[in-house]
Amino acid sequence: MGQQSITRTAAEPAARPADPKRVGDRVFSGFALGSGILILVILALVAAFLLIQGAPALFADPAKLVSQGYGEFASWVLPYAFGTLWAAILALILAVPVSIGIALFISHYAPRRLAQPIGYLIDLLAAVPSVVFGLWGALVLAPAVQPLWGWLNANLGFIPLFSGQASGTGRTILTAAIVLAVMVLPIITSLCREVFLQAPKLHEEAALALGATHWEMIKMAVLPFARPGIIAAVMLGLGRALGETMAVTMVLSGGRNITFQLLTSENPNTIAATIAQNFPEAFGLKVNQLIAAGLVLFVITLAVNLVARWIVSRRAAFSGAN
Amino acid sequence: MTTLSQALAPGQLTSGRLPKFVLPTALIGSAAVAFAVSVLAAGGNVAVAVILAYLLFLVVMEIAARVVEGARQAADHRARHLIVGAFILALIPLLSVSWEAASKGLARFDLEFFGRSMRNVVGEGGGALHAIYGTLWVTGLAALISVPIGLMTAIYLAEYGNRGRLASSITFFVDVMTGVPSIVAGLFAYSVMTLVLGPGAFFGFSGSIALSVLMIPVVVRSCEELLRLVPNELREAAYALGVPKWVTIVKVVVPTAISGIVSGVILAVARVIGETAPLLIAAGFTASINNNPFGNPMMTLPVFVYDSYAHPGVDVNAYWDRAWAGALTLILIVMLLNLAGRLIARRFAPRVGR
Repeated sequence: MGQQSITRTAAEPAARPADPKRVGDRVFSGFALGSGILILVILALVAAFLLIQGAPALFADPAKLVSQGYGEFASWVLPYAFGTLWAAILALILAVPVSIGIALFISHYAPRRLAQPIGYLIDLLAAVPSVVFGLWGALVLAPAVQPLWGWLNANLGFIPLFSGQASGTGRTILTAAIVLAVMVLPIITSLCREVFLQAPKLHEEAALALGATHWEMIKMAVLPFARPGIIAAVMLGLGRALGETMAVTMVLSGGRNITFQLLTSENPNTIAATIAQNFPEAFGLKVNQLIAAGLVLFVITLAVNLVARWIVSRRAAFSGAN
Repeated sequence: MTTLSQALAPGQLTSGRLPKFVLPTALIGSAAVAFAVSVLAAGGNVAVAVILAYLLFLVVMEIAARVVEGARQAADHRARHLIVGAFILALIPLLSVSWEAASKGLARFDLEFFGRSMRNVVGEGGGALHAIYGTLWVTGLAALISVPIGLMTAIYLAEYGNRGRLASSITFFVDVMTGVPSIVAGLFAYSVMTLVLGPGAFFGFSGSIALSVLMIPVVVRSCEELLRLVPNELREAAYALGVPKWVTIVKVVVPTAISGIVSGVILAVARVIGETAPLLIAAGFTASINNNPFGNPMMTLPVFVYDSYAHPGVDVNAYWDRAWAGALTLILIVMLLNLAGRLIARRFAPRVGR
């Protein structure tokens, strides 16, 4: 409050243009405000330019797209949109339980002194560039899991997910999902950790005092408190997994397939990977079509992020009162 | 809801406790059994043995805890073992990536790699000098664009915004901006350049614009947080002396938070220096050194790694060795930047009396 009143009094003389010092004040605050507005403009421009450059493909005659592009837009992009969602959901199924486990380990299980170094260790995972994960996934992970996929296919092939002809290279959607899971893990972990640490200490102590075991205390005092935070973290992880390009581009050998089979060599490709694989060689309408696909991806991730941020901001409002 | 009083047997005041030796014994025992089974049935596969050992350990501990301590304590033990297991599981990719990058990258981590470009190189030899120059140019220009915009926005949010409607919507959209997929940023930069210069405009500065879109929100968030840490007493003291607000910000507020700002910028650079997809779209490929960021494609280190992996020549191993060496270089750069950022933040942290 004190700062606000001071600000008022400092700003009032700015109305008098005669004082040269106050001109500097106005210029400076104008720059600051301008930068803030510039950010909003940039975000709007991203959408606008994608729309402008994607429009030729979006509104072109389908026959023209078949001859000069990759084919009619909606039916062309649909399998990739499916692949994007399917890969991201698989990655989340793998990553979320592990992330919550790690976050709980750091916040409630690890010895105090170890908690921070362990947090750094998980953050290191976030620092590894995506292209390195792609290289690792393609040249190390895929050959390593290939026998396991073969075994799953041979012994559990009656489950539709594992059916079909197993891939000989291991470069399937499940492998790509594992790499994606490794990449979103640190994001979900760090957010969950923050929320778990905010859980009210008195609730925890009350639970323990009533004779709850450590795990019961977490179930009763920590997890209910953290649920909105966990949901937001998962949504942010989803946003990251949807937009991640290189890991999928390098690991997955995909095409325009809509299939739920995890272990075959006929995999659905993602939007981002399709763009990265085709853009350098594309020309003419094909470029516009790829940019339009990018617009679809942008809209999907924007929606996911808006929901996640909305949950976070709503939560931030009441967390203090708890 | 779980009931809290059920474990005690009648006529007993304390419930049983597992003796301390049970846990290590169960661990060693299940490991031994699992390895024996793996040698007999799966040809000594280590991964099979480890998974089997963990499952066996869980089962043994579950039975032991249930018999001695009761169901509630058993659930507690189970949760603990699963959580520790999750943590160890997450370490596997981290260790594997570091180990593979170090062992495979060292083959070509030599002077030639850092002293030559790929110009006229087919097969063995050659290096990544062109990509290293490119990465310095592109990332440096991106930082040059993002830091002023990001810092000024942070100043607006922390000093002028007063948490009003515009400030909170900027904060919200900065958060949303962190979620823009990197490849979309690349497409954006390409679209801008295409509208301005015509199709096929691949060059370094276009890549810098793409990276700026990704970097600005990171800079804003870290700078804003640090500016808010600066104690109000400092500002009020300056105002009391009649110092204009902007001079107060430039001479008092920012210098107090400078170490955090520098480390935040370094961490933001570390975040974008490994970005591949936007540069693939915006900056293109080349095999030669190009020190002009405003004309002709410019190679960068991440794109070099991707290109060496995805488009190898006849001698695949020479290309993949270079890809691993590039990956190792990238990891080292990112680690060094992270370390530097954290050290600066800790070493020169403002002495805030909170």
